[in-house]
Formats: sequence, C-alpha cells, structure tokens
Amino acid sequence: MVRLLRYLFYGCFIRLIVLIVLGLNVRHRHRLPKFGPAIVVANHNSHLDTMVLMSLFPLRLLPKLHPVAAMDYFLGSRLFSWFTLKVVGILPIKRKVERGDDNPLEPCNQALREGQVLIVFPEGSRGEPEHLQSFKGGIARLAENNPAVPVVPVFLHGLGKALPKGEAVLVPFFCDVFIGEPMSWTGDRRSYMHQLDERMKLLAAEGNFPTWE
Amino acid sequence: MQLDVSSAVLWSLGGLYGILIIASLVVMFLLWRGPDKDQTELVQRIRSWWYIVTIFTFAMVMSRHVAVVFFAFVSFLALKEYLSIVPTRRADRRVLFWAYLAIPLQYYWVSQAWYGMFIIFIPVYVFLLLPMRMVLIGETKDFLRAAGTLHWGIMTLVFGISHIAYLLVLPQERNPSAGGAGLVLFLVFLTQFNDVAQYIWGKLLGRHKIIPKVSPNKTWEGFLGGLATTTLLAFLLARWLTPLAWHWALLAGVLISVAGFIGDVTISALKRDIGLKDTGSLLPGHGGILDRIDSLTYTAPLFFHFIYYLHY
Repeated sequence: MVRLLRYLFYGCFIRLIVLIVLGLNVRHRHRLPKFGPAIVVANHNSHLDTMVLMSLFPLRLLPKLHPVAAMDYFLGSRLFSWFTLKVVGILPIKRKVERGDDNPLEPCNQALREGQVLIVFPEGSRGEPEHLQSFKGGIARLAENNPAVPVVPVFLHGLGKALPKGEAVLVPFFCDVFIGEPMSWTGDRRSYMHQLDERMKLLAAEGNFPTWE
Repeated sequence: MQLDVSSAVLWSLGGLYGILIIASLVVMFLLWRGPDKDQTELVQRIRSWWYIVTIFTFAMVMSRHVAVVFFAFVSFLALKEYLSIVPTRRADRRVLFWAYLAIPLQYYWVSQAWYGMFIIFIPVYVFLLLPMRMVLIGETKDFLRAAGTLHWGIMTLVFGISHIAYLLVLPQERNPSAGGAGLVLFLVFLTQFNDVAQYIWGKLLGRHKIIPKVSPNKTWEGFLGGLATTTLLAFLLARWLTPLAWHWALLAGVLISVAGFIGDVTISALKRDIGLKDTGSLLPGHGGILDRIDSLTYTAPLFFHFIYYLHY
C-alpha cells in the first residue's frame, strides 16, 4: 500500500510537476548510475532539487532511491515523519554529532552495502538561491568509507528561482540539470573534496545562465 | 462542442503527413548515400516534426476546446522558456506568477469568443497591472528593464500566439469550406513552410546576406525564394482553406512570408543579445519552442487582422 503510494507520488504527481510545470534541460543523462550502489551529489537550492533528481531515474529503480536528509528538519510530527520516511523515502541522518554517538554516516554505509542509490546534498542546507556554496566534508568521509561506490556530481540550476527557501508559491521555470562523470575515491579526503569542487565548477560553467538578482 | 472538421482540413492534414513521409525518405536517402556524413541534427529535426504534427493533428480534430487548450499550452511553454533565458529580477518572482496567470485568462476569453476582452486584456489590463504589482514590491533598480522584458514576452508569446486560437472561434459560416480550423492550418502551415522554403532556397542559391548583424546565414536569395514559393502555395491553398479571393490570397502569402521572416530574425536578435544559439532543448534538432514559433509571433496577429478586416 505504502509502496503504491510512493509510486503514485513520484511516478505521477512529481513527474507531472517536474516535466510540465517546470521542464528540464538535462545534459549527459547517460552518466547517471543505472544500478546501485551509487551516490548522486548535487548543489541544493530548493525542495524541488530532490524531486527533480528522483524523477531522472527510471521507476524500476525507485525502491532503491533514497535522498539523504537531516533528521532534525524532516522528522517532525508523526504524520510528517511518516510522509518523509515512507513516501518521499528519505534516509535520515543526524546533522549535529554529539560525543559518544555512533558514526552518523553508518545508515548511509549500510544502505550502500545493500545496493541503494543515495542522493546527497553536501551543501548541507538550501542556502541563497542560485549560489554555489562550498561542500561540507561529510561526503568525502562517505566516499572514503565506500571507496568502490561511484559518486556522480550533478549541477542544478533554476530550481532556486522556481521555489526558493521560505517561499510557498511555485513559479514555473525551465531548469538545467548537468550530470558529471562518475568520480572514484582519490585516496585522501582533501584531494577528494578539491576534485569534487572542481567538477561542480566545471559543470556550472557549461551553462549560460541569465542574471537573477 | 464538436468541431466539424471539414474534408478540406482533413485533406490538408493528410498532406502534412505526405510531406513528412517524403522528407523522411529524403533523409533516409541522404543517410544511404553518405553514411559517414553526420546527419544527426536533420534526423532529429524530422523526428521532432513528426511529434509536432501528430500532436497538432490530434488537437485540431478532437474539438475546438482541445485546440484552444493546446495553443494555451504552447503559450505557456514559450513564456516559460522566455522567462528562463532572459534576465529577471529576484524581487519579481511573484510578478512572474501573475504573468503566467494571464495565459488561462486570455485563452478563456478566446474559448468564449469574447472578442472585446480578448483584444484588450493583455494590452490594457495586464499592461497596467504588472507594473503596479512591481511597484508594490518596491524594487526600483532595473525597474524599466524588468517591466519592458516582461511585457515584450507576454505580448508576443501570449497575446500574439492567442490570435491563432481565436481563428478557431470565428463564425464558421463565413468560411463554409473549412471553418476556423482551415484558417489555422493555412496560417500555421504556410508560416512553417516559409521557414523551410527560405532555408532551402538560401542553401541552394544564397549569396547576398540580408541582415548579417542579426542572422548571418540569412540571404536575399533565401528570402525571395521563400517569398515566391509561399505566395504561390498561399494562392493554391486559399480556395480550399479560406474565404479569400485569389488576389487577397496572394497578398496573404506575401504577408505571411515577410512577417514570418521578421518574426524569425526578431527572436534571433533576442538570442544574440543573450548569447544563446538555441532557446532551449524541448524540440531536438530545432532547439527550444521559441525557435519553432518565432515566425508565428509575427504572422499570427497580422494574418488574423488581415482576414478579420476582410471577412468578419
């Protein structure tokens, strides 16, 4: 029943909004992972980011697709938690780690061992619309823990215009989705973060975006 | 309400498929002749044409309302593409939302055949309302540029394109052989045909550039060749699809060809200003939807008022 609801939510409702109200210019779609385990990382400007990334994958992969999301934000009331966990299908992690806690990334490692595809926003929060923020280091830690898992960087543009943080009215815009080559583990975190940063900047430079100030 | 699709309209739609089949055969022949030549764009272009013609046919034969909704959707896609490529102000996000709302309203007036409202809603009410909404938000930096950009988009892509839909609701009895659908086919087919004809004549004979600063590939030979071919075709088709007498049909052909050219280069100027080659990627081989309906932004209102003055 819940599975059916999830298929309806992503297969009909979200696809309708993403493909008709918004509309996507996708570049290099073939670089998306075709099976798990894999990690998709993207910049983050809007709640729509997750929805757009989820709708890029074929529906048969849906049971394996999980956006990694902040526990403190997405697990609220019981109904909301049920919706985010069961229908949206988030994998909740802790943003603030306290002394004595287990590795906060352990649920992600576990999911990757099970062959899932994780969607991660290493900027940590949605931030200012249409500005790239630097990625937080957790993604390097995750890659280090799972060196064999490919990481696919994705640059998103326009979703912060369509539905930015703190706005309730969705305004239609065509959005750009530029998919990068899968990256493998470089051997140490610092060079890994550097490479990821460079890849994102290169992807962003593929576009010719109008100003939005 | 069922649109009474006349046999003239059905024959013309069939003719479109005939042209598509011939075009596809020519492309296959080219692929067979030179298998090492890259024809990807041409192949994509023809494939997109198949989709466009099929959706267009479906909209035209279903019912008048379906056809009106179809053109409303074309306006929506075009306005969305436009607002996505031109610079807009963050402060105007809500204003853009109101601009989108003009689309269902404008096409509602069309579906009700309320001519008075159809003709003043955007030039008067939307024109006055949007700047007021912008002033209420209070951002004055680049105010004029933002207001001008938005109005230009709504006028060409919503007001202009909605004239095609209004042809459908004109009194059917004034064009007994084909009705409003016949006028739409005449306008849309000749406009698109003219684009292709100008392109082909330009490829075959093009020497003298016509407007090098805006569109370096356009030539006088292409323009005049297209003009002659389109005018001839207008003359041949008018008796089946329109109530126009032969001399007016020739003039309609000239009007569509010249206006189509101007619409085309106007969107080219816009793209050159922004620094884009295509306006989007919705129609593989063509570019965006603006690349496809550029000529119609000029031909639709001009042909509409031409025929409205003469016959309605």
